Amino acid sequence: MKFTKDHEWVKVDGDIATVGISKHAADALGDVVFVETPEAGKTVSVGDSFAVVESVKAASDVYAPVAGEVVEGNAVLASAPETVNADPEGEGWFAKIKISDASQLDALMDRAAYDAYLATQ
Amino acid sequence: MSTMNTVGRPTAPNQVTSKPATLTGGRGLLQNEALIFEGEGWGKTGVDLPEPKGSASDLGELVRKDPIGLPGLSEPEAMRHYVRLSQKNHAIDLAIYPLGSCTMKHNPRLNEKMARLPGFSDIHPLQPQSTVQGALELMDSLAHWLKTLTGMPAVALSPKAGAHGELCGLMAIRAAHEASGQHEKRRKVLVPTSAHGTNPATAAFVGYSVVEVAQTDDGRVDVADLAAKLGDDVAAIMVTNPNTCGLFERDILEISRLTHEAGAYFYCDGANFNAIVGRVRPGDLGVDAMHINLHKTFSTPHGGGGPGAGPVVLSEALAPFAPAPWVVHDADGYRLVEREEDEAAQAFGRLCAFQGQMGMYVRALSYMMSHGSDGLRQVAEDAVLNANYIKARLSDLMSPAFPEGPCMHEALFDDEWLKGTDITTLDFAKAMIDEGFHPMTMYFPLVVHGAMLIEPTETESKAELDRFIEAMRLLAGAAKAGDVDRFKGAPFHAPLRRLDETRAARSPVLRWTAPEGSNQAA
Amino acid sequence: MRYLPLTPDDRSAMLAAIGAKSIDDLFVDVPEAARRDGFVDLPRVAGELEVERALSAMAAKNATAGTVPFFCGAGAYKHHVPATVDHIIQRSEFLTSYTPYQPEIAQGTLQYLYEFQTQVANLTGMPVANASLYDGSTAMAEGVLMATRVTRRNKAVISGGVHPHYIRATETVVHAVGVETLALPAAVDAEAAVIDQIGPDTACVVVQTPNVFGTATDVTKIAEAAHAAGALLIVVVTEAVSMGLLKSPGEMGADIVAAEGQSIGNALNFGGPYVGLFATREKLIRQMPGRLTGETVDADGERGFVLTLSTREQHIRRDKATSNICTNSGLCTLAFTIHMSLLGETGLRKLALLNHEKAVATRDALAAIPGVEILTPRFFNEFAIKLPKNAADVVDTLAAHHVLAGVPYSRLAPDAGMDDVLLVAATETTLDTDITLLAKALGKVLAA
Repeated sequence: MKFTKDHEWVKVDGDIATVGISKHAADALGDVVFVETPEAGKTVSVGDSFAVVESVKAASDVYAPVAGEVVEGNAVLASAPETVNADPEGEGWFAKIKISDASQLDALMDRAAYDAYLATQ
Repeated sequence: MSTMNTVGRPTAPNQVTSKPATLTGGRGLLQNEALIFEGEGWGKTGVDLPEPKGSASDLGELVRKDPIGLPGLSEPEAMRHYVRLSQKNHAIDLAIYPLGSCTMKHNPRLNEKMARLPGFSDIHPLQPQSTVQGALELMDSLAHWLKTLTGMPAVALSPKAGAHGELCGLMAIRAAHEASGQHEKRRKVLVPTSAHGTNPATAAFVGYSVVEVAQTDDGRVDVADLAAKLGDDVAAIMVTNPNTCGLFERDILEISRLTHEAGAYFYCDGANFNAIVGRVRPGDLGVDAMHINLHKTFSTPHGGGGPGAGPVVLSEALAPFAPAPWVVHDADGYRLVEREEDEAAQAFGRLCAFQGQMGMYVRALSYMMSHGSDGLRQVAEDAVLNANYIKARLSDLMSPAFPEGPCMHEALFDDEWLKGTDITTLDFAKAMIDEGFHPMTMYFPLVVHGAMLIEPTETESKAELDRFIEAMRLLAGAAKAGDVDRFKGAPFHAPLRRLDETRAARSPVLRWTAPEGSNQAA
Repeated sequence: MRYLPLTPDDRSAMLAAIGAKSIDDLFVDVPEAARRDGFVDLPRVAGELEVERALSAMAAKNATAGTVPFFCGAGAYKHHVPATVDHIIQRSEFLTSYTPYQPEIAQGTLQYLYEFQTQVANLTGMPVANASLYDGSTAMAEGVLMATRVTRRNKAVISGGVHPHYIRATETVVHAVGVETLALPAAVDAEAAVIDQIGPDTACVVVQTPNVFGTATDVTKIAEAAHAAGALLIVVVTEAVSMGLLKSPGEMGADIVAAEGQSIGNALNFGGPYVGLFATREKLIRQMPGRLTGETVDADGERGFVLTLSTREQHIRRDKATSNICTNSGLCTLAFTIHMSLLGETGLRKLALLNHEKAVATRDALAAIPGVEILTPRFFNEFAIKLPKNAADVVDTLAAHHVLAGVPYSRLAPDAGMDDVLLVAATETTLDTDITLLAKALGKVLAA
């Protein structure tokens, strides 16, 4: 699993990247009340806002850590947004993206580096 | 002693010490009240009207046939319903209401009386202008007070609230840039990180992209960062002064100089004008446009959330772009400039129907005339004095966000002093409710962690300030002593306990709905 | 000064506690160049009596609607408001409370807002409504912006029957974000003309019923045409009482209703403060601007109400908010809901019928005057007439004779080429003697 400075995570299996927000981000947001996931077929570049997550007290854009085409948005989150709080780095994934350039992952942090980064925030 | 009353009643308190729960859930004076839709009001009406003669058959199929779903109440029932509801609200008339940046000052009742004079309340906005010269005179008089207090040459009265005023100011700025051919390149607005959310929201609304300007460690705009970000692609800066941390921007003259040098305009958010009214004129600080919240500095009632009014004072450069309509006083009397031609040829448009919040103009002018220039100056001084007094008397127990130097009309604390107690700013605020106080503003400005922003205003007596300070000191002591449950479970003594806002947002229920199978509408 | 409780002794004691020598020490951050010693050049403090006299003198120079035959409408209507309404809104707990951000001590406000939202939804025939916007004109602008967000299209087609101030206020705001508007030429009975203008880039069509000329229209076909093209229908209503007699916008297929609520609970007030009503479909609620009150429970399981879906709003979304709006119409909203609670459906329907009957009687009286042509085919309480003279001149002449005969359309739209059109409104407050006086006076002026 790799992480971005904006607290997204990405896990790659073949050429499909699953993307979500980190536990740190989910905890900071508080109870998630609404998630807007992208539709299949949407093309995203690195850094594009491709989803929105809302809690009672905050709303955040979620930025694509890799470029590619959205294969699937997590439909579970529409009816059960609390999944993001319960399992942010597993069942609470936001979207699956077919990546165009696997080398983009090299720029991201691994868990140790992300944890170290969190300590500086 | 035959006239002696032998049917005695005890007159000393009895000795029962247990406190049984009530049988109905009632609590003394506090009444619970259902929704009007949950009563027997379907078909009832509390207004006596003459019988109509017909049934509007001339309108045929356009007539509404299905039930609408509006219950009615007789006058006594209506009175009870709303009085019972009112008992559940905190209010300025009850106690200090220390919300930062809201300026919860006393609402003078003279203002209410004046606004209700039929000569102001029973006139139509589109009556011939010859029949409303007094109303136009009032608007002109208010404009004069606002311009003089701020040292600015023009004012747009029509914005219906502060945020609407921000919209007005930014649209005037945009129009000015369009007129000089610079709008295409000037698409950025600089906003401090401490700004109120309406600032970036408004900038985006007007089509600008927002660039944040950093803050220094002493809570002010980082002038170096501002200078670095200013350029010929910037349309305007939006700065609040005094700022949202309750501090006067010492470098304000430098800020406006740099802004003007870069060809940009200085929009000032006037929410905190109460700190400087009568002592400082924004026009002297280089401001190009500033909205004034009449419901803050000029005491028009907050009314549970509105109505507001946000007139915008404008510099010479921006005045030509003010929106229609405005009042002109010439040899023939007062008139409204409504057409966007001739003297209003450069107006950026119109912000709303008719001419603005007349009801609030009357109240604000009544307030200004009552205080006079000497009274208004005293308002600012007492507002600043009260805030500093609170800051001084709480700083040993709580952590001021910017301890060095005086604050202006509001004192800002962070949650550093709560570290290790497991009690958050939110918990502390809810415990204040139990002590009888409306909490201060929480978690704003965003630049301070766990912010607590306290604005007493000038209409608090020293006795009320001392009462508030005493309660805060006791609570702070309890927090530090580890009395966690008092805070975590608060409030215990309010009409309701803490409410589940997550549930309200996850499964929104925004209206009453008739139960399945009932014959009521919707 | 009567509103300032601090005494000189208080101030000394407080300065001492702060450790400051004088109040000027607290203003030390103000640049020297900007300090004003002494007082700004304005009058000094005045007692209540003085202020009353000065303001009463200004008020006395205005001709009030209640003292003369009065027929002005065009977006603001004179109705009778029961004494209870104004009395309740002046209670301390309503007048001097703030936005209900601490819901535990604001259930009074939150519950009446929830009731208001339900009343507005039912009145407009829509599933859901917000807790009010500033007024009808800004509600229309917000509606257009919402339609562009929902459809991701960029054009609004606006009927020529919409109030010109509303069109102008909408254009001013939406053009700033690059939304195109097509405002059709003013026409008495042409809401349906919008249908021919619907295209693949149309986000919404905006119609008004009754429109500014008073014409009541069944907009069902317009809704169908809009929906077929993937566009939304926005229905504007400037006279809220009309929904007590006419088919509701919701019934006719509206996606957004942007209305003016002033007619219920609120005085004319020379144009403000008023109250914007905003209602929409269930699936669009997250795109709705303005405050929303929702039901929930507290820690003890008791029902309560809170502001909700706040993440759409400016204080959280900041530059991505659905709107920059911060306030709602507070006391005006409360006045609306109290009056509506007193009326109930029974009272509202009666009130609406009375309005219609007075307007029909007025129309009949004016139709009998030589030279007067009735333009509006079917109306609620307002209609347009064509005069053989300039309508503004006629109105001014009648005003000099203490008759407020209505609003010349040219006052709203000077360049529409309709200088001879007069908008005439009647309500339950219109007396039969007023109608007689108007007809007589108008007849005289036209014959001269």
